[in-house]
Amino acid sequence: MTFRNRRMAFPAMLAVSAIGLAACSSGGEEGPAASASGDTAEPVELSMLIDNGELTIGIAEALVAAYEEANPNVTIDIEQRPGGTEGDNVVKTRLQTGDMSDIFIYNAGSLFQALAPGQTLTPLDDIENYDAVSDTFKAGVTVDGAAYGVPAGTAMGGGVMYNIPLYEELGLEVPTTWDEFMSNNAAIAEAKPDVAPVVQTYGETWTSQLFVLADFGNVIAADPEWADKYTANEVKYADGPPAINGFQHLQDVADAGYLNEDFPTAGVPDGMRMVALGEGAHYPMLTFAFTELQNNTPDNVNDVGLFAMPGDSGESPLTSWLSSSFYIPASSEHADAAKDFLSWVATPEACDVQTEAVGAQGPYFVDGCTLPDEVPQMIADMLPYFDAGNTAPALEFLSPVKGPALENIMVEVGSGIRGAEDAAAYYDEDVKKQAQQLGLEGW
Amino acid sequence: MTDTHTPAPTTASASSEPPPKARPPKRKSMYPMWFYAPAGVIYTALFVVPTFASFYFSLTRWTIFDSEFIGLDNFRTFFSEPYLFDSLVNTIIYAVVTSAAKVVIGLLLAVFLSSQIIARGYLRSVIFFPTLVSAVGVGVTFSVLMDPFDGLINNLLAKVGIDGPGWITDPDMALLSVAAVDIWRGVGIATLIYIAGIVAIPQEYFEAARVDGANAFRNFWHITLPLMKPATATVIILSLIGGLRSFDLIWTMTKGGPGFSSDVLASVVYKQYQAGFYGLSTAGNVVLFLLVAAIVIPLFWFLNRKQVEQ
Repeated sequence: MTFRNRRMAFPAMLAVSAIGLAACSSGGEEGPAASASGDTAEPVELSMLIDNGELTIGIAEALVAAYEEANPNVTIDIEQRPGGTEGDNVVKTRLQTGDMSDIFIYNAGSLFQALAPGQTLTPLDDIENYDAVSDTFKAGVTVDGAAYGVPAGTAMGGGVMYNIPLYEELGLEVPTTWDEFMSNNAAIAEAKPDVAPVVQTYGETWTSQLFVLADFGNVIAADPEWADKYTANEVKYADGPPAINGFQHLQDVADAGYLNEDFPTAGVPDGMRMVALGEGAHYPMLTFAFTELQNNTPDNVNDVGLFAMPGDSGESPLTSWLSSSFYIPASSEHADAAKDFLSWVATPEACDVQTEAVGAQGPYFVDGCTLPDEVPQMIADMLPYFDAGNTAPALEFLSPVKGPALENIMVEVGSGIRGAEDAAAYYDEDVKKQAQQLGLEGW
Repeated sequence: MTDTHTPAPTTASASSEPPPKARPPKRKSMYPMWFYAPAGVIYTALFVVPTFASFYFSLTRWTIFDSEFIGLDNFRTFFSEPYLFDSLVNTIIYAVVTSAAKVVIGLLLAVFLSSQIIARGYLRSVIFFPTLVSAVGVGVTFSVLMDPFDGLINNLLAKVGIDGPGWITDPDMALLSVAAVDIWRGVGIATLIYIAGIVAIPQEYFEAARVDGANAFRNFWHITLPLMKPATATVIILSLIGGLRSFDLIWTMTKGGPGFSSDVLASVVYKQYQAGFYGLSTAGNVVLFLLVAAIVIPLFWFLNRKQVEQ
């Protein structure tokens, strides 16, 4: 799909420039484009920049294909960019230089806030189907009363993935508190010496953050005001429980020797393989890694379950992530055509296209969207949290303060280079830069 | 060297002879000064302006669209945050280690490769070849080779019963492993410069030494080494600057990790830039600029002065 579009892009570009020249030489008011194509509507070519995650590619290509079929005059040219901080860099630079594609996919929440949306993006409040987008999602893409994004994909949960056959074999219960979790780990370590009780994958450093990020549900359950106080610089991670627990938990499992041997170099596909095949018992991860299961270990998809990151008291809420979002930059010359596309994305029809392409990944943020009755085990484990309202948004959707070095600091904790308290204090120092950069009060 | 009566004994000192006292009278150039303008404009626009702009922006908090003047705060942050400061130390370690190793290994290889040995041309190409490969390619290749669990190096070590270390995953080793790869990649240039230097030594010295009964080691110690000073100065300066600015190899092999243990100034600057801290990142660049200047300019002066005194 991508390649097809890429290949089409160059001839199309030539054609467009030829049209431009023809228009100049004839001096006519009306461009020949509309008459040449034979379509009633004028052909529009949109460009779209997406990250190179498999899930995003799957969603974007399916949506574009379905939309192009329904609207033959529109072609959407997909371009990929790297994810992670490198991708942040690409997006910011292209926005800053006015070189951004007509539509792009990027995170909601704190990363979105850092784009200076008021200056760089086009508000989408006025598109036709925007009312269908849930308020939860809108809150993550709103700045100064204007909303800028349409959801690309479904809600994600961040918790602990576990190998169900192993649990059944050893007769373990899904843990609801951290102590139960640790005693499960001890039981696994004792009964199965070649199984890693906890999988970590520092070949992709961002994965190290899950212990802190997915623990936020427990933090906010203990102190509902924590995020606001954090933004106002009134609380710190180093202040102690509940916030510091995420750091401490990683140190606990690392100190106990529960990590897989190849944790310094393994990546997400390795981690998912381990937890799917029972080489590892637990893997703290976001549910979007589900695509790895579908692609690499399709026979074991239903062997992987999910529970919320356990905290000190039971009934831990599942920390949930908004999906990425479609945005239109202020510099787009085809904003109207782009808005038409995004308006269609916010329909149940578009949700079905996504489910068809990548499977059921979680609840959608668009009214009227439904999931099939049969969903894979991991998603089935996630839905009850949403149905019962026992979810909490991740910190990045409640506070713009997120430091860039958390992943490196957590790698240090997991590798035994730095202790939890020291790491929390270090991270508090790191976020200061972000807060100052955003010009927040009290920093 | 003021003794101008005897014939100049070496090429090195001959080239550093002061020119004759009576300079030709200044003639008016036949070309107008305007001919400098095109080069001047390009140089100013692409080099002078950005350099001075960066000095200004290093004093600001710079977001996507606007900048706020905050004095020396960025520099204060840079020197107060442990990992930013550690990167400075790592940079110096990296530069000194790679530079020293390139001098020593390069010189020995050059002596070896300029002696009468079999397949000399082939061996010279082999030594020089890594220089031609892109640093990113080298970095990716070696991060696979050095993988502690599946890498070729540790697999080979395991065959002979050695439990290989985590080359790029052990915080104490990561920086030195990258430095070793840098040496492997850069030693070809050093060898090339040294070979050129050795070839330029007149054979008469070696003949005279042979008459005096000198062995190979004394030849090396008393003839080759002293006459290689200019080449050594070039190798040191080039590899030191390269080491201080090094980024590509470190980024492709470890991204500064694990944790921050192999972060150098350039990788830290890049990370700050990625995080959107453009002001802080620019301040890092200014620190890097000053560091390179503070080390290399005195060194250059020192090495060249020695050469003149010879």
